[in-house]
Amino acid sequence: MPREVRDVVFVDGVRTPFGKAGGMYANTRADDLVIRCIRELLRRNPQLPPERVEEVAIAATTQIGDQGLTIGRTAALLAGLPKTVPGFAIDRMCAGAMTAVTTVASGIAMGAYDVAIAGGVEHMGRHPMGEGVDPNPRIIAEKLVDPSALVMGATAENLHDLVPHITKARTDAFALASQQKTAKAYANGKLQDDLVPVAIRDAEGGWGLAGVDEAPRDTSLEKLATLKTPFRPHGKVTAGNAAGLNDGATASLLADEATARELGLPIAMRLVSFGFVGVEPEVMGVGPIPSTEKALRLAGLSIDDIGLFELNEAFAVQVLAFLDHFGIADDDPRVNPWGGAIAIGHPLASSGVRLMTQLARQFAEHPEVRYGVTAMCIGIGMGGTVIWENPHWEGAK
Amino acid sequence: MSALAAPNEVVTRALLRSVTVPGLDRPAALITLDNGFDHTKPNTFGPAGLTSLDEAITAALAADPAFIAVTGKPYIFCVGADIVGLPQLADRAQALEIGRLGHRVFARLRESTVPTFAFVNGAAMGGGLELALHCHYRTLSGGAAALALPEVSLGLVPGWGGTQLLPNLIGIPAATQVIIQNPLMQNKMLKPKQAAEMGIADVLLEPADFLERSLEWAAGVVRGQVTVTRPEVDKDMWAGVLYFARETLNQRLHGAVPAAYKALDLLETAKDGDFAAGTAAEDEALADLVFSEELRSGLYAFDLVQRRAKRPAGAPDKGLARPVTKVGIVGAGLMASQLALLFARRLQVPVVMTDLDQSRVDKGVGYVHTQIEKAVTKGRMDKGTAAKLYGLVSGTVDKSAFADADFVIEAVFEDLGVKKQVWAELEKIVSPEAVLATNTSSLSITEMAAELEHPERVVGFHFFNPVAVLPLLEIVRGERTDDATLATAFAVGKQLKKSSVLVKDAPAFVVNRLLTRFLGTVFAAVDAGTPLDVANSALDPLGLPMRPLALLQLVGPAVAYHVGGTLHTAYPDRFGVSENLKRIADSGKPIVVDDQVNDEVATLLVVGDQPLTAEQVRQNALDALAQEIRLMLDEGVVAEAQDIDLCMILGAGWPFHLGGVTPYLDRSGTSERVTGKRFLPRGAASLPA
Repeated sequence: MPREVRDVVFVDGVRTPFGKAGGMYANTRADDLVIRCIRELLRRNPQLPPERVEEVAIAATTQIGDQGLTIGRTAALLAGLPKTVPGFAIDRMCAGAMTAVTTVASGIAMGAYDVAIAGGVEHMGRHPMGEGVDPNPRIIAEKLVDPSALVMGATAENLHDLVPHITKARTDAFALASQQKTAKAYANGKLQDDLVPVAIRDAEGGWGLAGVDEAPRDTSLEKLATLKTPFRPHGKVTAGNAAGLNDGATASLLADEATARELGLPIAMRLVSFGFVGVEPEVMGVGPIPSTEKALRLAGLSIDDIGLFELNEAFAVQVLAFLDHFGIADDDPRVNPWGGAIAIGHPLASSGVRLMTQLARQFAEHPEVRYGVTAMCIGIGMGGTVIWENPHWEGAK
Repeated sequence: MSALAAPNEVVTRALLRSVTVPGLDRPAALITLDNGFDHTKPNTFGPAGLTSLDEAITAALAADPAFIAVTGKPYIFCVGADIVGLPQLADRAQALEIGRLGHRVFARLRESTVPTFAFVNGAAMGGGLELALHCHYRTLSGGAAALALPEVSLGLVPGWGGTQLLPNLIGIPAATQVIIQNPLMQNKMLKPKQAAEMGIADVLLEPADFLERSLEWAAGVVRGQVTVTRPEVDKDMWAGVLYFARETLNQRLHGAVPAAYKALDLLETAKDGDFAAGTAAEDEALADLVFSEELRSGLYAFDLVQRRAKRPAGAPDKGLARPVTKVGIVGAGLMASQLALLFARRLQVPVVMTDLDQSRVDKGVGYVHTQIEKAVTKGRMDKGTAAKLYGLVSGTVDKSAFADADFVIEAVFEDLGVKKQVWAELEKIVSPEAVLATNTSSLSITEMAAELEHPERVVGFHFFNPVAVLPLLEIVRGERTDDATLATAFAVGKQLKKSSVLVKDAPAFVVNRLLTRFLGTVFAAVDAGTPLDVANSALDPLGLPMRPLALLQLVGPAVAYHVGGTLHTAYPDRFGVSENLKRIADSGKPIVVDDQVNDEVATLLVVGDQPLTAEQVRQNALDALAQEIRLMLDEGVVAEAQDIDLCMILGAGWPFHLGGVTPYLDRSGTSERVTGKRFLPRGAASLPA
């Protein structure tokens, strides 16, 4: 049965403000965070009949407790979507939401359904990294993977060993810039429209409202230089030049382009290609390099065609390794113009959609740009990249 | 304030938080009511709770917020005044003060120049709802369990502004329904949708993101982007509606519930909209009622229903109960069919009915199926549950279907010989541990079990008609009933969502014995020549749920005559046999038509020439009740007078303002005059000495 691959578009995306583990969401359930995002997506797009959503893919790294129970399905039900709307849970660690997007996009492209929701959640306060894991003893017995591969900070130190020209001073400078760009983006109202306020509650203060990210901080190179290096004595990776431990959720709406036009849904980005590639788990931070090369190759594009980058800042060193590889300056204005995970936070499986939501808003501001990249490194040695086309690109007119 | 301090108050604290709401240039003040417990212990207001709210409002205003909003803890907004503390108030002056304190604190939300909102996220009753009514605007969660102003049911009025604010918000007809009619109809409550339609809330929001949407809505109101329109209240109909309400009350209660009449008076005052005068009148009404016998009886009754009914006195250790995985029902008549439906719905186990021939069995099963269909049609049952119930309920003429049943209940003809025969036959089929329960209304459990090989597994399980509605279950312990059987019976009763009371095996148990004794005095008066009308209305001042003849009609004259016969045999001195009752039963004609005595039946009676006055009939009836209850307590029919009252409230619908019955017999002096002592110590269900 011959058939055409359909164009997939990113319609809209939202996220909760990201909290610090043990912070403002200490008493908030993980599933409630993502439910809130799904409801807000539907609310922002009233022209979409809820029954036209035909798949809900929600990612979480630790799929137990309030992140378990096939969270895509249960979150859909609890969000008030019709019971006929199916859902599933997805996991590719940090790239969970990104994989949710590429997975439902694939389903849309091949015609399995027209409209889907993809998102992710990670409540690292309730579910610390590594909760309940049971690594196969063969990993050590057969020396398949260095045990340090399971500790993300240790993999970042390992990466430093491979790229000695990326100094601690450079990573700290990049981290400071991330904080400053985020502060400026907040001041200019760039980030607020993505945010879905969340009701929070604690025993002493009663109900409140989480309205902004909790992680961004006012810092300086001097302060950053004093931070401990918890993953290696006299190492380079600190809490300041890495993303923190965070709680948050994201959700996005994807659609077949023709369906989006039929329903009058906005088209924020058009999917061009995506790639996931495995690398040595001990240096998982290099992952986005080969995954981006793969996505570029599939799209028939070169790095010079990319006008905007939203790179997940799991660690400054890993972003800098990427930039060095592609010959991009540390302070290139095309890269993370509104800062990144070092400032905003990185609730693992939710982050992929945050990159896309921000890229979508930047596309709208930059009609001169045709292509953008969202990319991230992934635990156990992987990278993921999605290339998007700007529908507002003036060259098309 | 210290004078009002209630030592045992569970304090609902008002937690204040400054909240940044998108779109507003300065923060809003969000006050959360939270007593520190989960939803099983709802928020209430005592003196310390009100003071905490007062302080929170002061602190909120000091920060000049964009708006002030009050909300509750999860599932609960606030369920009203801390009524447990009311009897501890020393005097009327303190009662006045607690009314004024509530008014003063709540008024700050009404008079605030900063816009005020109530975000009613959960159950809101009494003072909780009144607090919300004081706010300028209200959002309401579709997930809130219930909204109500239930004060009148207890013997109070919504005296923290409810009687003044509600009618001026939603109009007098709806306000009268909420404040007076609903509390007197088994304390009916409003679902959120109804409350919103009435206009109690300005907007109904879904529970999933209620607080977020409420804050956003409030910001919209403050910014002028959301306009709140409320229908104008029609003042012309005020007097007419209240006149009609008063007439209805008179017909039903004959002045017996002072709280209802005070509420009517306050609603009348509310028409002119002078809030200060109205709230002052509320304070006075509240103080009067707090020191009324009816309220004390109401609080006692409330406690019985809320607490004693859930922990039956004398029930054996729950751990002894045996699992019930299949239920047998002997008989397929109307009662048996109702039981089959109830057991299947609540226990969710196979229920098999048997009867003598297939056509009766088919009729019984058919009745159950029809009821299930009706429930589905009315949207009260989903199709999945219905499908399950269809599969669970079956019928057969072959009693061997009971072989693997753990619990068999009989609802056959009310005759000792017939029932003994049924049990003898069943004992050959069922296991030695299977519980044999009887729904007899008057026969002896001990005698019924006497010749069985395992008499210890026989227990009385007496429901009240209509089975699905009346919550009482009298569980009767025969002389040889063992603890495991009894524990199983209580466990089943609980699963059936009934309130069980342990009763000794004594003729007609509790409710039927007392109602028969009571009706007996009324019929004795009729036999003596008292006009039916006079006898029938003699008890009106008590405000009972129905008059004697209506009750007789509900029970059925034939059943009443039969139960009367059993009691006459047991206690010939106190329970007479009325030939007139037999005549009525034999005639098969309704004794009451449209609330009026049926003349056709009246002419059948053969009466004497010594009529009694209504007062005499009433006194005889009350004296008889007092005497009978004292005898029952002395015989050990139930553990305490509280159980008698619980039975009368839950099984006969006797009202809270009488405390069931013994508080009224005490306060009217009847018990002391007839039996030489009170049933309950002074202060327990009455004003202190």
